[in-house]
Amino acid sequence: MDINTLRILATIASFVVFLGIMGWAWKRRNTSDFKEAANLPFTND
Amino acid sequence: MQVSNSQSNTYNDSVIRQFSIMAVVWGVVGMLVGVIIAAQLVWPELNLGLPWTSFGRLRPLHTNAVIFAFGGSTLFATSYYVVQRTCHTTLFLPSLAKFTFWGWQLVIVAAAISLPLGFTQGKEYAELEWPIDLLIAVVWVSYAIVFFGTIGTRKVKHIYVANWFFGAFILTVALLHIVNSAAMPASMMKSYSAYAGVQDAMVQWWYGHNAVGFFLTAGFLGIMYYFVPKQADRPVYSYSLSIVHFWALIFTYMWAGPHHLHYTALPDWTQSLGMAFSLILLAPSWGGMINGMMTLSGAWHKLRTDPILRFMIVSLSFYGMSTFEGPMMAIKTVNSLSHYTDWTVGHVHSGALGWVGLVSMGAIYYMIPRLFGQKQMHSIKAIELHFWLATVGIVLYIAALWISGVMEGLMWRAINTDGTLTYTFVESVKAKQPYYIIRMLGGLLYLSGMTIMLWNVIKTATSGKAATATIPPVAAHA
Repeated sequence: MDINTLRILATIASFVVFLGIMGWAWKRRNTSDFKEAANLPFTND
Repeated sequence: MQVSNSQSNTYNDSVIRQFSIMAVVWGVVGMLVGVIIAAQLVWPELNLGLPWTSFGRLRPLHTNAVIFAFGGSTLFATSYYVVQRTCHTTLFLPSLAKFTFWGWQLVIVAAAISLPLGFTQGKEYAELEWPIDLLIAVVWVSYAIVFFGTIGTRKVKHIYVANWFFGAFILTVALLHIVNSAAMPASMMKSYSAYAGVQDAMVQWWYGHNAVGFFLTAGFLGIMYYFVPKQADRPVYSYSLSIVHFWALIFTYMWAGPHHLHYTALPDWTQSLGMAFSLILLAPSWGGMINGMMTLSGAWHKLRTDPILRFMIVSLSFYGMSTFEGPMMAIKTVNSLSHYTDWTVGHVHSGALGWVGLVSMGAIYYMIPRLFGQKQMHSIKAIELHFWLATVGIVLYIAALWISGVMEGLMWRAINTDGTLTYTFVESVKAKQPYYIIRMLGGLLYLSGMTIMLWNVIKTATSGKAATATIPPVAAHA
């Protein structure tokens, strides 16, 4: 395989992973988990 | 007051106390050297005609002191503080944590001796010679073991977002430092880079820009994500946004380095790639800025009364401003005007004095009273004064260098109708002198603010005593 094809595939794969992260970050099911995490700095007082 | 706490149910704050105090001390030292070399640019005789005090040797001393001594000590202190409190556990391997403090101070002292003596690898922000580089690598790997070990032994389910940023900063800096410092030693204090020609330049600026991206950005975003919510007393605006802009920064920063090598022997396509990724960087950078700022939504009135919060929020404004300016300067046509001029120096300082400096000061002002068992800093009025000295200092500094940089760039490219240059180089140097004076005054204001901070920190620390903070019991959050 041509090295440039490999580079293109790696770039596209990275972009798809990033889109996946975005989808995961804004998935409704995760909101309570994120709320819990966001409150971690306040669990010491 | 708890007296007999076993090691296991209190946080390990002694190493944090050491790093926080030294951060302020090194801040004063590094900024003082900065003001001295700013004065040398106005009055060159101030180099005293000695090699050890010449600009070329003191300038890397300044950058190393402010970035690695002041910024580094701040990052060690804050990351150890945050990782324990958001993981509900004490530091992993306390003796190794202690070693990171003494090891890092040894690196700083070695830098302060070797740089004025003229020992340098000649790579910007990576000047230190190979024996010191080895020590840095050992200290840094120890730091990674302590930090990730603490995360590994956490008593809570989630890894708080600040720790993601600190973790990325620690991992990436290890990688950057080891790759860029690869060299063949020729003698005890002389070595040659493992790379040659344009590859060497590209490795250097891959390192250089990611030192900005991970040392001076990701690490300090970690600070922002803990101390802004704490000081504003409300959780971060959007946790989802913090995840997305974290990964966006990780995916893009690594590729932005070539913008330091526009119009050089670096292949054209690499330059364009660097420019494209630099432009994309605006989005994740502003994601972080907006997330920090909006944490205050509904509590903006706190800015009127709380100078510490003001440090943090104005810091975020400078972060937003310099991460807009940076992508713009990475555009090749803009870069053809700005490169090699004072504009670049002004841009760096709006990020360094504005973003990195102010958020560090805010976080240290937050930690010091808590670490020394005090309700608040010795003098709130002095924090207020520090804030205004620093802010006015930054504005004078960057405005002066914007003007002198653009002027200098325009003078260099001005051409007469017959194709000859309109100005000689020395004419552009002469034209900059008034702006260099304003810049030095701006720096002097910033330094005087830092000196007031040192006094305030010493007063607070000496009137209090080392405090012990208890880890909440596991049942409380099972």
